[in-house]
Amino acid sequence: MNRFNLLPVLFVALILGLWELFVRILAVPVFILPPPSCILTVALVRAPQILPHAAITLTEILLGIGLALCTAIPLAIIMFARPSLEKAFAPFLVASQAIPVFALAPLLVVWLGYGIASKVFMAWIIIFFPICISLLEGFKSCDKEYRVLFRLMGAPFFKTLILLYWPWALPRFFAGLKLGVTVATIGAVIGEWVGAQQGLGFLMIQSNARLQVDLVFAAILWLTAMGLALWWLVGVLEKKIIKWK
Amino acid sequence: MLKVSCVTKYFKDQKIFSNLDLTVDRGRFHVIVGPSGCGKSTLFDGLTGVTPLDGGSISWNHESLLNLRYHAAYMQQKDMLLPWFSLLNNALLPAKTSGQDMKKAKKQAQSLFSRLGLKGYESHYARQVSGGMRQRCALVRTLMFNRELILLDEPLSALDAITRRSLQSLLLLLQTEFGKTILMITHDIEEALVLADEIYLFSKKPMSLSRHYVLDSPKPRKFNDPILLNIKADVLDKLEGDLMNEQV
Ligand SMILES: Nc1ncnc2c1ncn2[C@@H]1O[C@H](COP(=O)(O)OP(=O)(O)O)[C@@H](O)[C@H]1O
Ligand SMILES: [Mg+2]
Repeated sequence: MNRFNLLPVLFVALILGLWELFVRILAVPVFILPPPSCILTVALVRAPQILPHAAITLTEILLGIGLALCTAIPLAIIMFARPSLEKAFAPFLVASQAIPVFALAPLLVVWLGYGIASKVFMAWIIIFFPICISLLEGFKSCDKEYRVLFRLMGAPFFKTLILLYWPWALPRFFAGLKLGVTVATIGAVIGEWVGAQQGLGFLMIQSNARLQVDLVFAAILWLTAMGLALWWLVGVLEKKIIKWK
Repeated sequence: MLKVSCVTKYFKDQKIFSNLDLTVDRGRFHVIVGPSGCGKSTLFDGLTGVTPLDGGSISWNHESLLNLRYHAAYMQQKDMLLPWFSLLNNALLPAKTSGQDMKKAKKQAQSLFSRLGLKGYESHYARQVSGGMRQRCALVRTLMFNRELILLDEPLSALDAITRRSLQSLLLLLQTEFGKTILMITHDIEEALVLADEIYLFSKKPMSLSRHYVLDSPKPRKFNDPILLNIKADVLDKLEGDLMNEQV
């Protein structure tokens, strides 16, 4: 392990140590703020109870990511190919970001029900924008000289897209996807808070009402782990695909 | 025969060149020399339709054309290899984009690779090979356009002197072995002297023809040929004179 990996680990360890110390010295009750050691224990011991919920939330997130990829990539390509359409779509895209997802969540539950559909939709709204915009910016960042080369070769748009623009945009696309997968958890959990019968967000609300704060934290821990794992997975995928860097 | 007459180009109000004439007979190797910034690349961009010209006419083999986009292979100043493709796939780009028979194209590219000294490097990436090899690869890519007329914009300017010498003999192959008609820009007078059948010397602001030399000594040539040395002296004289005038 090199120094760059060590530093954040040390930092996290320091924070957790202080937290543990603070709770123990002041004898804070567990239903207010449990110490990290207790949270970890609960997260592991009660995994059989937590994991089915985590699986639901993960499914929602993955479906949201899939839906976002299926829609953001074509839209980015369309907007890139037809700048007039970009001008037409841009206000809606920005507006979709200006609406607070919290405000939308209750409506989505009313429209799409208590099942996973409303959560998938929430995750989709959140991830769509960073993927679409980063890909579009990636396409646009392509050097003029290379565009000229392809024009000189008589390449039609679609071939230029596949051979030039797409690989050119990949680093930015992955940056957007990384951002997307980490915030996707927010969308899914908010959806579950508003109305659900399962999922980590539902577990958090339920435990909170019963003053099982340690379980709330355990759910947060699993959620964080899921977000980190997704982020890491995208990073691995990026390294695999962008071999030329 | 390439015939360019009275071409004119402005950038806004700045006149880059006007009423410029050039001819290159089929199978000949003509070289353009001129001070940097005089408009040589702009001329090539105009000829190939990368930027629009503001006047003049272009014809290739007596066919009058708007530009040479579909008739010439244009190799720009940089090698422009794509980092995500192997050297071979970079060379195959013209075939891929124009929907040629890939099997045939691959065969052609492979034989060009061995002819230009790239055998064994087909699957290397651009960042893994030297500048000279990258330029050879760009040259193969240019040949893969399969066009008789080739425009080269300072193809060797990014290379060190020794690599440049060895690549100069490859450029000569384009003419002698592949039968191409070549118009090349260079800032290296010696390079022009060993390769050219005719040299156009341009001056700047606006770009205009100041000397035209016809060189008929056989190739490959030696630098110490007295005829070449005479021409070199004349070119340097002219360039120096322009420089003095500019400073006055
Ligand atoms: N796109 C452009 N817009 C405005 N001026 C340009 C543009 N491209 C080149 N020029 C100008 O045209 C002149 C000739 O440039 P260039 O053809 O690149 O010269 P050379 O290739 O002979 O070194 C330069 O003065 C340059 O500043
Ligand atoms: Mg130039």
